[in-house]
Amino acid sequence: MPFARRMLVEERRWLSPEEFTDVLSLCQLLPGPNIVNVAVCVGARYHGVRGAAAAFAGLMTAPFFVVLALGALYTEYGHLPAVSALFRGISAAAAGLVVAMGLKMATSRRLRSAMALFALITFIGIALMRLPLVVFLLGAAPLSVAAALWRAK
Amino acid sequence: MSEEALAQLAMDFSVLSLIAVGGAITVLPEMHRSVVEVHAWMSGAQFAELFALAQAAPGPNILVVSLIGWKVAGSAGAVVATAAVCVPSCVLTFAVSRIWQRFRSARWRASVEDGLVPVTVGLMLAGGYLITLSADHSWPAFAITAVTAAVVLKTRIHPLWLFGAAGLIGLAGWV
Repeated sequence: MPFARRMLVEERRWLSPEEFTDVLSLCQLLPGPNIVNVAVCVGARYHGVRGAAAAFAGLMTAPFFVVLALGALYTEYGHLPAVSALFRGISAAAAGLVVAMGLKMATSRRLRSAMALFALITFIGIALMRLPLVVFLLGAAPLSVAAALWRAK
Repeated sequence: MSEEALAQLAMDFSVLSLIAVGGAITVLPEMHRSVVEVHAWMSGAQFAELFALAQAAPGPNILVVSLIGWKVAGSAGAVVATAAVCVPSCVLTFAVSRIWQRFRSARWRASVEDGLVPVTVGLMLAGGYLITLSADHSWPAFAITAVTAAVVLKTRIHPLWLFGAAGLIGLAGWV
């Protein structure tokens, strides 16, 4: 995201800093990876559907083939003891990265402390009780938004 | 099997697409449930490895779905899974970005955000918890997870260095 910001705001000047913040806050609210959403928004703003499609393709095409190439290598050599040992280490680190992202988000200013209860309920429902996400969200997300609306009154 | 699997991938991932507020990490628990628990397409450890691969590679880590699709149904699976997870959310983003200007200053906008953030946080923490249980099967592995999390939180070191170090520890046969 810092790279995307530098490119969009400082180098190409497609967005002012304020516009970037505004687009980003919308994109964080919508489903889908934030960076993909930002690309779609900026593309749409300049060239409508074609712009959005072009931005999406530009962002995803190369990484798609890179990740598949890595996947092919992994399938080819993954059964070798050395490679699977390597991967046990890497996947432990990748898990640590996810834990860090969760903790970072949990301690950010975007999480109002009065609303933290909903984070806890979500963790219990999804991680411990293993409820299906769709069912859980249909119940929890409207409640959480309703609580936030009520608090804002 | 293959066509059935393709249809299943398309269906599961397009639903995920519309609920992935915050990106791939928030739907990690549900992906795990669908791929490992419901369809038994792969083991938890394999799932964790594909996820690690997607994180180590450049690009959005939602590309883990390309790898899952590829493993389940070859290159057609990769294309179908990637399209399924991207198209619905992109169409929604496109549509909303067109009308969003009108709600710029609406007061409920901030409240909607305040309400969705805690759910996103809970989902990300759940994702971290579940992927850790899938990836780690020894105490050195748990130690790597804990140290990586701490280093990422406290420093600005690029995660790839940590992946490299962890890979070497694995290669040494300690994990």
